[in-house]
Amino acid sequence: MTRDDIAKALGEELVRIAPDIPLDEIDRSAELRDEFDIDSIDFLNLVTALGKRFALEMPEADYGAMDSFDHMVDYLAEHLS
Amino acid sequence: MSAFLMPSLGADMEAGTLMEQVIAPGQSVARGDIIAVVETQKGAIEIECYAAGTVTEWLVAIGERVPVGTPLARIDTGEEEAEQAAPPQPEPTPQVVEQAPEPAPAPRPVSGGTRVAASPAARRLAAEKGVDLGTIPVMSGQPIRHGDVAAHLKAGDRPESQTGLSAMRQAISASMSRSKREIPHFYLTHQVDLTALTEFIAETNAGRAPEDRLLQPVFYLRAMARALKKYPEFNGHFEKDIFTPAEAAHIGLAIALRGGGLVAPALFDVAAQERDTLMAQMRDLIARVRAGRFKARELSDATITLTSLGDRGIDGLFGVIYPPQVAIVGIGTPALRPWVVDGKVLPHQIATLTLAADHRVSDGHRGALFLRAIDRFLQEPETL
Repeated sequence: MTRDDIAKALGEELVRIAPDIPLDEIDRSAELRDEFDIDSIDFLNLVTALGKRFALEMPEADYGAMDSFDHMVDYLAEHLS
Repeated sequence: MSAFLMPSLGADMEAGTLMEQVIAPGQSVARGDIIAVVETQKGAIEIECYAAGTVTEWLVAIGERVPVGTPLARIDTGEEEAEQAAPPQPEPTPQVVEQAPEPAPAPRPVSGGTRVAASPAARRLAAEKGVDLGTIPVMSGQPIRHGDVAAHLKAGDRPESQTGLSAMRQAISASMSRSKREIPHFYLTHQVDLTALTEFIAETNAGRAPEDRLLQPVFYLRAMARALKKYPEFNGHFEKDIFTPAEAAHIGLAIALRGGGLVAPALFDVAAQERDTLMAQMRDLIARVRAGRFKARELSDATITLTSLGDRGIDGLFGVIYPPQVAIVGIGTPALRPWVVDGKVLPHQIATLTLAADHRVSDGHRGALFLRAIDRFLQEPETL
């Protein structure tokens, strides 16, 4: 799976949680939860969805590495390879 | 025969629009079944039936907006001339003194299951001007841009702009104005150490799949429910100059909506739920609220409210009580702060716990004990 595929999948899950935020207008290096205005339950839903989609555990201890759109893509790419 | 009436879902509701006739004529209905879906200012509400029998006919068409108390359907209960089987009116509607705004012609659902796509600039402008993004006509599939909102404002002759308030804001305005007019609030604040709780949650979640992980509000809710057993004067309804304590803690959870506004539907009998069950109920409730659909009694039956700012908020808040409730507990965003333990200053996870309560029913002394009890329970998260 390429980085682009992962970014596309992440975008799809984020649109489901924050449909009012246009993906092309966000800062992909900024704080993910601020950019998408998502709270802790939204974030948990995002991690749940991604965990199921990619069969990853995505432990809470790793949340720090998932703090922006780009970092989340990095994290997924690293764990899927 | 009995009639199923348009229910009152709070003091601020005067009329509702019938959205779905869930039970078709000829079908039977049991007590507690969802019989209809009604669109109100707060979203689509599933209405439970309080009679058992067979629906014989619907008296109001789908899409029709009718005043509270209007018969919506006839139910053959098998009894001769039964009492009108109206759901219990949570409010015998003490009419708000000020003239409520004219029912806006077909206010758009706050969220009809789909959310409005809009650019941040458009959302900012809309929020500033009090425009409901849902009322702005756009090409399907296109997000709303700043220009669309500006053009809409310029056109500006929609009936809604007479008040400048969306349906959601009108609902909040009515109940919060009533609260501030009628309820003599008093406020208390207390710093609570959440280090033990934070560590307990991290340990518990470490071995869990995301769908089974716990979040802090579950523990706040459990601690509140336990404290309320000892301090029942913060849990119940004040109506017609009488406070009636509730038998269980049905805690309303303030949930922000993406389009703006908030609702605080109830999690029922929090003390009786295991924390994992409560977590599942909370996720389910929030998902349904975000989709704009919840049950009538979730709105009318909350006996106290919790508003938690989560982990992206600020230190603390002083809530406005949601009538006819008599208290609202707030908890700010936990943060590492210097904390003195055994004469040493250590970094601890601290949050500001607040209470706004009704002085007609309780006093600061008992309020302080109530907050301290919540604090004490939060120090033993494994027991919650």
